[in-house]
Amino acid sequence: MKRSYEGWAGFESGTWTNEINVRSFIKHNHVPYDGDESFLEEPTQNTLDLWDQVLELSRQEREAGGVLDMDTSIIPTITSHGPGYLNKDKEKIVGFQTDKPFKRALQPYGGIRMAEKACADNGYKVDPQISEFFKIHRKTHNAGVFDAYTPEMRACRSSHIITGLPDAYGRGRIIGDYRRVALYGVDRLIEDKMEQKATTRSAMYSHVIRDREELSEQIRALEELKKMAESYGYDISLPAKNTKEAIQWLYFAYLGAVKEQNGAAMSLGRTSTFLDAYARRDLANGTFTEKEIQEMVDHFVMKLRLIKFARTPEYNALFSGDPQWVTESIGGCAIDGRHLVTKMSFRYLHTLKNLGPAPEPNLTVLWSKRLPENFKRYCAKMSIETSSIQYENDDLMRFTHGDDYAIACCVSSMRLGKEMQFFGARANLAKCLLYAINGGVDEITKKQVGPEFTPITSEYLDYDEVMRKYDAMMRWLAEVYVNTLNIIHYMHDKYCYERLQMALHDKNVTRWFATGIAGLSVVADSLSAIKYAKVKVIRDEDGLAVDYKVEGDFPKFGNDDDRVDKIAHDIVHIFMEHVRKNHTYRNGIPTTSILTITSNVVYGKATGSTPDGRKRGEAFAPGANPMHRRDTHGAIASLSSVAKLPFLDAQDGISNTFSIIPGALGKDDRIFTGDIDIDCIGGACSNPTLFEGLDADNID
Amino acid sequence: MKGYIHSVESFGTVDGPGIRFVVFLQGCPLRCKFCHNPDTWALRQGTEMTSDELIDSYMKNRAFYSKGGITVTGGEPLMQLSFVTELFTKAKQYGIHTCIDTSGITYRENDSDYENSLRKLIAVTDLVMLDIKHIDSEKHKALTGSGNENILAFAKFLEKTNVELCVRHVVIEGITDNADDLINLGRFIGKLKNLRYLDVLPYHTLGVNKYKEMGLSYPLEGTLPTSKEKALEAKTHIMSGIKEARTKK
Repeated sequence: MKRSYEGWAGFESGTWTNEINVRSFIKHNHVPYDGDESFLEEPTQNTLDLWDQVLELSRQEREAGGVLDMDTSIIPTITSHGPGYLNKDKEKIVGFQTDKPFKRALQPYGGIRMAEKACADNGYKVDPQISEFFKIHRKTHNAGVFDAYTPEMRACRSSHIITGLPDAYGRGRIIGDYRRVALYGVDRLIEDKMEQKATTRSAMYSHVIRDREELSEQIRALEELKKMAESYGYDISLPAKNTKEAIQWLYFAYLGAVKEQNGAAMSLGRTSTFLDAYARRDLANGTFTEKEIQEMVDHFVMKLRLIKFARTPEYNALFSGDPQWVTESIGGCAIDGRHLVTKMSFRYLHTLKNLGPAPEPNLTVLWSKRLPENFKRYCAKMSIETSSIQYENDDLMRFTHGDDYAIACCVSSMRLGKEMQFFGARANLAKCLLYAINGGVDEITKKQVGPEFTPITSEYLDYDEVMRKYDAMMRWLAEVYVNTLNIIHYMHDKYCYERLQMALHDKNVTRWFATGIAGLSVVADSLSAIKYAKVKVIRDEDGLAVDYKVEGDFPKFGNDDDRVDKIAHDIVHIFMEHVRKNHTYRNGIPTTSILTITSNVVYGKATGSTPDGRKRGEAFAPGANPMHRRDTHGAIASLSSVAKLPFLDAQDGISNTFSIIPGALGKDDRIFTGDIDIDCIGGACSNPTLFEGLDADNID
Repeated sequence: MKGYIHSVESFGTVDGPGIRFVVFLQGCPLRCKFCHNPDTWALRQGTEMTSDELIDSYMKNRAFYSKGGITVTGGEPLMQLSFVTELFTKAKQYGIHTCIDTSGITYRENDSDYENSLRKLIAVTDLVMLDIKHIDSEKHKALTGSGNENILAFAKFLEKTNVELCVRHVVIEGITDNADDLINLGRFIGKLKNLRYLDVLPYHTLGVNKYKEMGLSYPLEGTLPTSKEKALEAKTHIMSGIKEARTKK
């Protein structure tokens, strides 16, 4: 149906005018920006005042021990709280998760015990009536999962061969296409969902019933979203008419999601280039000035920095800090060959200057060789000044996810509104190797956790024997792991459904069924040691292999040495093939990731000594990193090893945590300039060009 | 042929232009008190590698080195002159930028065979980084165990070959930061027509642990790392010497 709205005046029409299709809108209305950052504006007085207020509240929060205020008696919905402000007169973009800033909502649907503990650990107590309600009358996700778990799953969970499962907290990782609310207004989206509901199959298979129930929930969430916006004095039933409204509509949509869901990663999407179309139109029409637009962006980002959840100290320990993963993906290239950098991309990064550096929102530049030079330079400059930008390889991800994907959490890519992810934590492949050696007996608890396969009894480990047994053990692990996740996602959909986020998706959603791997470099080095050196098994009085003695040297992952890099590559592939053999909930497409960023310490603690010489309890390397101090050939060799891992088997992301002292990145500009700029001695710099400073005739 | 390699660094950013593949060769006749690689002194130790193996390692990651190249350092790379010549000859066949980081101590004046060998190497070398530890021969001897005559003669030899030259100087407070010496150093190198770059490096103490691990006592125990400001000051002195040499002509 052809439509026209006041908010669309001046935009080039396309497929997007007839159907919900933000990508088409961007394709028709985006103008690549090749210029530099000189157009950017400083913060306004309002921005500075508001930010001062935030800093003061942050200080109070720190002094209060990390939490300033918590809800204990309101069950949150999109409309459960009245409007909240920092300073209504100064805020250009408004909205908080509860009725005031820095107040954390109670979020019981993931699990009431976790919610109670989050309160208790911070000195608050959940209203007993609410506790009772969620224990007796209304089941949570967590309760559902534990009703269905098998004894084997519980054993795997407590022995930590499968870890970090989202079975007691929100799974997160789903990004609503929040831009839709700005571009279409809520009414049009409801209409679309009504049509989807009217066109489901009429034979009531259980999946059809589920679809219909979910669509009803989605429509209800959109209705509530309108009400929530109304409480702030905005009618978002129609498309946004200008930049300010577009940012506000979009933010309301995101806010609705984080009011209801406390997921492990509540990412924003890819909004900057979308919003740039509005800003360009408003600048051309004289509706707003650059200064006003930057102010809106600053206030928007300020709000994103204040997204807060009630969490337990253990949760924060696992994720290192109090992360929200409000990831915003910036830049990248379109498949038509144009880059997607706009002035708005610059404005987003500029908030790091106007408001100062911050870890949230997690500004992520989708890096491509084809990004414009000025933008690359600006990114580099802002990275040096603020250390607050994340980079990801667009040239790699565009190949599998097109040009309108965004990153959820740190590396999980998904097409906006078309793909979502079932987050799946990770399997401990290092422990799995030890199970292969010990016939399924846990090396720490000595319990029979895995299947009772014949253990290895030889004094020295034989590569072929170990690989045969390891392969069988990985097959077992993949099966119990995937089935555990099947239960988790079934229950999450049932008891903690992300209705607003899914309302901002298409009817037919591709679901990525994410799994994960921990301890890859430990495994690669262990197998390398077994293959290229001699590994002697040290057994305890029960005959259990508890330690290993490596005799001789062996190639180690992280040195660009194909002998061991190939092992790491193959392990990822083999494990993934085993994962793929299993049934997945809602036909999810299996993926895996190698990206423990901080939890590698926790996983290492729960794992016995390994055949690479790593001792019991020692931390794993993070993500796909080589083991600490074993990469001895410098950064490029180390990165090259990691780069050999098969991305198509680990499409959910491969991370390599890499820190470097500034001096090792290059020389200090002032001292080690290298070239002698003789001309600069004692006066004017007539020719500071490299290689040309030394013509004696030119000396003043 | 095979060379004695101490180690390789795949991401070298401070030993020549761009990102470089740096080969640390084994063996050095000097015993500089501030040496941060005492583990490279001994001859015929380390890993034996062929020039092809090194070139292969380089070529695998050549995308990273598009604005860089290969640097040999050590140790004193000229101790393995024919190996380096072979390595660089192969490198030039692939169009790789080549750089030697040397003290020049192995140079022997009036030895035409040796000079011929050197010329073969220079023919396949794009940049020589010459470390002049001290311009005063006596003080040079106190600091490194040898006088600097060969080194200065080597500098003049290099000038004749017209290979691009970078002079490096490490600033150690109380030892190599004397203003007059620095100006003299500037005067000397200012006359070298092939001089393109000057690296003034503040002394650091990153090598101290290696001495401990090797059971050696650290000769500069107690000497503090040089500050950036001091290094800048030293650079100004050297530059004024260069300028003087250049204006006099």
